[in-house]
Amino acid sequence: MSIIALVRVAWEAIVRNRVRSLLTMLGMIIGVSAVVITISIGVGAREAVSAQITGLGSNLLIVIPGSVTLNGVRTGTGAASTLTPEDGLAIAKLPKVAAVSPGVGVSAQVVAGENNWYTRISGVAPTFTYIREWHMASGSFFTDADDAASAKVCVLGQTVVENLFPGGENPLGKTVLIRNVPFTVIGTLARRGQSASGQDQDDVIMIPYTASMQRLTGTWFGGFVNVIAVSAADQPSIPLVQNEITELLRQRHRIVAGMDDDFDVRNLQDIANAAAASATTMEFLLAGVAVVSLLVGGIGIMNIMLVSVTERTREIGLRIAVGARSASILLQFLIEAVVLSGVGGLIGVVLGIVGAGAVAIFGHWPMAVPVVGILLAFSFAALTGIFFGYYPASKAAHLDPIEALRFE
Amino acid sequence: MPDTPVVRLVDVHKTYVMGDQSVAALDGVDFSLDPGEFVAIMGPSGSGKSTLMHVIGLLTRPTSGQYFFEGQDVSSFSADDLADLRSRRLGFVFQSYNLLARTTSLENVELPMVYAGVHADQQHERAMRALEIVGVPEMAEHISNQMSGGQQQRVAIARALVNDPSLILADEPTGALDTKSSEEIMNVFTQLNAERGMTILLVTHEPSVGRKAKRIITFRDGKIVGDGPTAEVFKHETIAL
Repeated sequence: MSIIALVRVAWEAIVRNRVRSLLTMLGMIIGVSAVVITISIGVGAREAVSAQITGLGSNLLIVIPGSVTLNGVRTGTGAASTLTPEDGLAIAKLPKVAAVSPGVGVSAQVVAGENNWYTRISGVAPTFTYIREWHMASGSFFTDADDAASAKVCVLGQTVVENLFPGGENPLGKTVLIRNVPFTVIGTLARRGQSASGQDQDDVIMIPYTASMQRLTGTWFGGFVNVIAVSAADQPSIPLVQNEITELLRQRHRIVAGMDDDFDVRNLQDIANAAAASATTMEFLLAGVAVVSLLVGGIGIMNIMLVSVTERTREIGLRIAVGARSASILLQFLIEAVVLSGVGGLIGVVLGIVGAGAVAIFGHWPMAVPVVGILLAFSFAALTGIFFGYYPASKAAHLDPIEALRFE
Repeated sequence: MPDTPVVRLVDVHKTYVMGDQSVAALDGVDFSLDPGEFVAIMGPSGSGKSTLMHVIGLLTRPTSGQYFFEGQDVSSFSADDLADLRSRRLGFVFQSYNLLARTTSLENVELPMVYAGVHADQQHERAMRALEIVGVPEMAEHISNQMSGGQQQRVAIARALVNDPSLILADEPTGALDTKSSEEIMNVFTQLNAERGMTILLVTHEPSVGRKAKRIITFRDGKIVGDGPTAEVFKHETIAL
């Protein structure tokens, strides 16, 4: 008998037992949708993390001061004052370095007209916008000339604009008092939103680092900066640049072999890789859980098929009596199992995509529909159907028709 | 060859082994059934008449002896060959009808054609014709549990004859029916035999049912103990049924 006729027979049997068929498929539906959702979560989370990290800046390296030991007490990283603007200039001369910006940070009360606000004042170089890939909303960023002149100019983040100029007036050309020093607003930064750690990146005022050191922090004569941001020429040269900076600074700081660095060079690519690796680990974990649930779904199919074979013993006996070959019986039950798991798998894929969309909305990350994952989950479901459907099917095919017909 | 018997058994034995005991359900049966015959096998329960039915119906193989179905020695046939013979040359009617649950009469009657490889286009028409022959064409779209026992058994007979078999085997076909339905079903068999020349072999322990057949074989302890035309058999009061 033809396979089409067999598929028809199997389909009729499934439709005749609607409730049981649906219950049988439930395991597959849950298993497959779990696989699709988890893979989608994994891919979406990975994309979100990598977007956040590339958002920090292009090929970014961060140099911060190391810890100091004072009378046996070790301070934390970044506490020491060891980095100078000259270190930054020296780093800028390294071959594979695209841009360098020293950073001097301070928090201060700022006043504009009748409004005041407490915010972060970030002293940076003009290269900062390039290094952090940060764009202007209006006006322009300060220049090397402003830097050289320690010019009293500033660029405002959007949160500061909202708080100092609430009426929507144009801040350009206005004066902002930072620790009673008047700075002229020459530009506003594009909105950036929260950082990966939840900090409001728009709550900032940028000024030339020279102006910051001279007029605000009073570190001009000591000449120390809090941080040096470095942009490598390209991604592959990041580790090279990292080593070169370390070598250069050890030399400049006269650190002999065996002594600890008094600075720290952080490579954001490492962080990105670590994040990606943990996302991958998570994905494998979730996929593992999902595969287990698929297996359980398959065993569910086997159980119900076994019950079904027992329940339909007389039907099987009759089919054999009216001339079904045992291969026909085997195929009928196998096809039933495969159709059940296949249809269950399809429903699972649809539910999975819907679920993945919902999770993406709640998780605020890009919706990812993993086509390969869906195909894998679906074929795995069908394979499970064949694998777990075979035993009940062969049990049915080898029934003794006489016993089967007498079965009550 | 019109003279070739539909069924010919030569010294057939069937022994069941239960534990260390073996039971001879068929103990040297010689028997022949010609085309157009209407035969009832009668005997007490446990006499082996059901086993004989199963052997003739190709549902089980004899332990020893020869079985010629339409002249062919089927002892060398594979299981698939036997399945094909069952689907094309045999029709079964059971005591408990054995219609598929939640399935229409039409689909039930179509079932043997599915396995016999009858083209899907012809199945509907042939099933309808079979339902007309047994007198229940109006039941075509009814599902089995909406019908009376007599109606279900008629559908089952339609299913048995739909592939135009050379032999219909009926195992206690009236066992679950009341007297009136019983009589109606027996009339269907009588008609099939008389008008269509259908060869029918039925097993029963009810004399009133056996009386409708043309030839009666009495069976006891796995052996044929009597074989003759119905009128003759029922003349002798010695027969204990």
